Amino acid sequence: MRIGVFICWCGSNIGGVVDVPRVVEAVSALPGVACCSDYKYMCSEPGQEKIRRAIAEHRLDRVVVASCSPRLHENTFRQVLAASGLNPYLLEMANIREHCAWVHQQEPAKATAKAIDLVRRAVAKAGKLEPLHSAAIPVTRRALVVGGGVAGMQAALDIAEAGYQVVLVEKEPSIGGKMAMLDKTFPTLDCAACIITPRMAAVARHPAIKLLTHAEVTAINGYVGNFKITVRQKARSVDYDKCTGCGICQEKCPCTVNSEYDQGLGTRKAIYVSFPQAVPNKPVIDRAHCRRFTRGKCGVCQQVCPSGAVDYAQEDVLFEEEVGAVVLATGYDLFDWTRAYGEYGYGRYPNVITGLQFERMNNANGPTGGKIRRPSDGGVPENVVFIQCVGSRDEAKGKEYCSRVCCLYTAKQARQVLEKIPGAKVHVFYIDVRCAGKAYEEFYQDAVARGACYIRGRVSKIYPTGDKLMVRGADTLLGRPVEIEAGLVVLATAMVPGAGGAELARLAGVSTGKDGFFQEIHPKLRPVESSTAGIFLAGSCQGPRDIPDTVAHAGAAAVKVCALFARGEIITEPVVARINERLCTGCLACRLVCPYRAVEPKSIPARGGAPERTVAVVNSGLCQGCGACSATCRSGAIDLAGFSNEQLLAEISALCH
Amino acid sequence: MQLAYYPGCSWETSGREYDLSARLAGGKLGLEFIEIKDWNCCGSSAGHSTSRLLATALAARNLALAEKMGLDLTAPCASCYQRLALARHDLLADGQLRKQVNRITGHTFHGNMRVRSILEVVASLGGEHIAARVVKPLRNLKVAAYYGCLLVRPRAVQVDDPENPQMMEKIMAVAGAEVLAWSHKTECCGTSLAMNNDQLALPLVAGILEAASLSGADCIVCACPLCHFNLDYRQKKVNRVLGTGYQLPVFYFTQLLGVALGLEPGRLGLFDHFVNTKPVLQLVS
Amino acid sequence: MNLSAPSNRECLIALVNNESGQQVEKCYQCGKCTAGCPVSYAFDLMPNQVIRLIQLGMKEQVLSCRSIWLCASCAVCTARCPRNIDLAAVMDSLRGMARREGVAATGRGHNVFLFNKNFLQSIKKYGRLFELATMLSFNLKSGRPFREADAGLAMLQRGKLKFSVTRTRGQAEVARIFERVAAVESGAGKCN
Repeated sequence: MRIGVFICWCGSNIGGVVDVPRVVEAVSALPGVACCSDYKYMCSEPGQEKIRRAIAEHRLDRVVVASCSPRLHENTFRQVLAASGLNPYLLEMANIREHCAWVHQQEPAKATAKAIDLVRRAVAKAGKLEPLHSAAIPVTRRALVVGGGVAGMQAALDIAEAGYQVVLVEKEPSIGGKMAMLDKTFPTLDCAACIITPRMAAVARHPAIKLLTHAEVTAINGYVGNFKITVRQKARSVDYDKCTGCGICQEKCPCTVNSEYDQGLGTRKAIYVSFPQAVPNKPVIDRAHCRRFTRGKCGVCQQVCPSGAVDYAQEDVLFEEEVGAVVLATGYDLFDWTRAYGEYGYGRYPNVITGLQFERMNNANGPTGGKIRRPSDGGVPENVVFIQCVGSRDEAKGKEYCSRVCCLYTAKQARQVLEKIPGAKVHVFYIDVRCAGKAYEEFYQDAVARGACYIRGRVSKIYPTGDKLMVRGADTLLGRPVEIEAGLVVLATAMVPGAGGAELARLAGVSTGKDGFFQEIHPKLRPVESSTAGIFLAGSCQGPRDIPDTVAHAGAAAVKVCALFARGEIITEPVVARINERLCTGCLACRLVCPYRAVEPKSIPARGGAPERTVAVVNSGLCQGCGACSATCRSGAIDLAGFSNEQLLAEISALCH
Repeated sequence: MQLAYYPGCSWETSGREYDLSARLAGGKLGLEFIEIKDWNCCGSSAGHSTSRLLATALAARNLALAEKMGLDLTAPCASCYQRLALARHDLLADGQLRKQVNRITGHTFHGNMRVRSILEVVASLGGEHIAARVVKPLRNLKVAAYYGCLLVRPRAVQVDDPENPQMMEKIMAVAGAEVLAWSHKTECCGTSLAMNNDQLALPLVAGILEAASLSGADCIVCACPLCHFNLDYRQKKVNRVLGTGYQLPVFYFTQLLGVALGLEPGRLGLFDHFVNTKPVLQLVS
Repeated sequence: MNLSAPSNRECLIALVNNESGQQVEKCYQCGKCTAGCPVSYAFDLMPNQVIRLIQLGMKEQVLSCRSIWLCASCAVCTARCPRNIDLAAVMDSLRGMARREGVAATGRGHNVFLFNKNFLQSIKKYGRLFELATMLSFNLKSGRPFREADAGLAMLQRGKLKFSVTRTRGQAEVARIFERVAAVESGAGKCN
């Protein structure tokens, strides 16, 4: 056995705490260690070259790198071994940064001793390492995109343009998402509809995109390259093959419901197309409100439909799709301020609205035809107050994080009030104005220059006085409480993960952060990959972001999908569980603990003509190498490759030494 | 239901009608109040303003006495409630503090009792229980329910939502009154300042009276002797200093509830307030 | 002001945090406390400025301000603070610190100080509050003997004034509580 050990300083991250030369000295004396050296940045090209040269010079057959977490650079160093002709799995890492230097900064002597222990452990394990070999599995070159907002559409179009098939599933009757509800977008003030509606048409038209609206994903099985997806097409109660989209049904429907698209400021019918530019531009029946379904009476739409498309008996349909990759683009919802902010009236005052409601009102397509009006009486509000950070940066009532988009859209809305209502007064309460984006600071300054009065402070209470609202806030720059009589108050409410995100995370087996947004695997280097291979993240389902960032994120997710498809096959990770069928008793306790549904029972012929017996078998495509089965197996039949019982015992005895 | 009763220092003086009406109305509702023998002052704002430890210890002695009775404690006064409940909360949350305070009071408090505001006690009886005993519904009476600070803040001891509480509204509605939505039900009346800097409290009292008047209320109902004294007695002063003309009777919720339960107004102390209550009481009869 | 001058910033923050059970360094100065404070109109320093002075270690300024005495303990600031800081508890702690450090309250703040002192003396003496005696004594000491005399008269007419107080048998116990608390607090921390 000829083991080479390489200790990294990681600049001062490790070297500033751990006495690296001392570690080198101690490790050099360990049995089996043929050479030991250190370097400032072992992951850099000169560092890698040092390892390559040592492998050749000392004819090394095992390599130990003591540096940062293997999550960060295990792959980097495996490539170094491969380039030197060694099996890449003959590498063992000792994490002396996160597990040592960073957490023991105050105790350098103890940190050095611990670093030596950690390396000794790695050397002991390295002595027991065996070469492992990857396998190639073919990839289904077809992608599923969940969510038809701007992120999902971007990802779908990018993948489709690269020549691959896409299934796009949207839960609402139309694609378009939140962006289709907006009026103008910052910082260019171009109209959202002018950008999004052509994209919606392009998605619908694209021959490579199969569009499923009013549908939801109910199961995600399989593994990277080979997913089996179950989709529920919710009953629309309208046969889209027959429907011409003439609109007579909506016109005649006697049942009026608050419009989700207009955020409760306008109405729609029980049979409806969400908005005139909807894609597809055909109606669905909202069975929760339709009189036919709630009271068993009515039937007007069926009677008036000239093409006989209305079908009350239609049922939900489940069907399967096979795809190689999944993009989650389920977007955001607005924080429900009406449950949290009693001081702003819990939603009891009609003239306190959200930024999204303001967008609908301000939109030519909206309930007021683009006029800014008081919802209470339709009057023109001459005093408009905007309140930022409602639910954001509020760990007591809302979310601790900053929602990132509110500063800019508030500045935009403030400008729009000043443009649309001559002589209007606009006050914006803010804590900080965060304008980190191209042309964003300029945009905010422009709103100020046009007359928006920014007041640094939060609002403590809003209450009605006659037909006005009294807004009690503070000007912290002045050091005084301030009061403003307002006709309309617009709340910039926080962005929260889109409804159904938690359920989808469960189906897809992807992890979420503490606020419920999908968790990327690495915040800087792998921002669009989820914790499950082959499942990618696009847009604000991963964290609050604006439209430009969302589109960039979605494009990145599409590139990852295309890269997977272009390769055509995936190289499986050989660190998977292996079952020794001779020892397996078929109890299947392993199957119960496997979080990846990778264990299946299998019948094998028993020896000597006895009846068949059951054993467990691991699907190596699904296995993620967590080791739960191995630890559970009572008969010791399961070994995790690269973490065999023998290897782990060697590590433990080295540590106890 | 039996409860250890903590009357509070105002029970024989400024808050007499609250004590009277709470005992009488409580009796009608099947609540049996057993006064804690030998209770001491909770320290009120003077206590916690001077020393948190002192405030906790003064309250803790009463908690320990109630605990020995084997009963939950109820206090009519919102200030007493808040002090006692906060002390209980702090003592339960911090074992070290509990040991220290037990040494200071000479009584061992284990934490095996609850502190309940009388408002919450009555509300928890439920609408049906109360409605079944209402004999004289308060028809034609529009009330603005005023909670002030101490029942709804801070979060650890709030009896109801701090911005839009509904307990008193529910009780008053069951008693037959019309309850109004209004803006100042949990605004501070400034009573702790009124005792030493009364002119500072006047704008606060005025704001509450104005909001209640704007809502169209015939009267204010409250659940605190300090708020009551401040809103009732100082109304005249507000009128004099600020040139207003408020004539808004202020009642304890137990008084109006008592009327609905058929108790005689005189026994409930309904005519002992500063602002004339007769015109409003005529609305009911 | 020169922020590089020597100060006991860490000590002041630690002391306030320890006394109040809060973390004042969490405050990001949004001003919601100031916006909701019903008595801020009479304050010399806004509630958020009080916290700011602690954050900067300015002990003398914060302990000598009037606001800490005029705070009505209504806890609106506490209820609405987005950073979960119980500012009312911080105000309590500051009053206690000012008292222990001998920083005299002035003007209207002094009235509060006097009132509280009288109030507690009554409790120490009788176990319960003797309203009449407390008010009269406060009036005399604050130099306005006839303050709210009409209230006394009106209460007298309505039989709401008592010329004695029901002494509790545990009065000695209550007095002991005062003494023991004073003994504990004589060792409480200070910052220079």
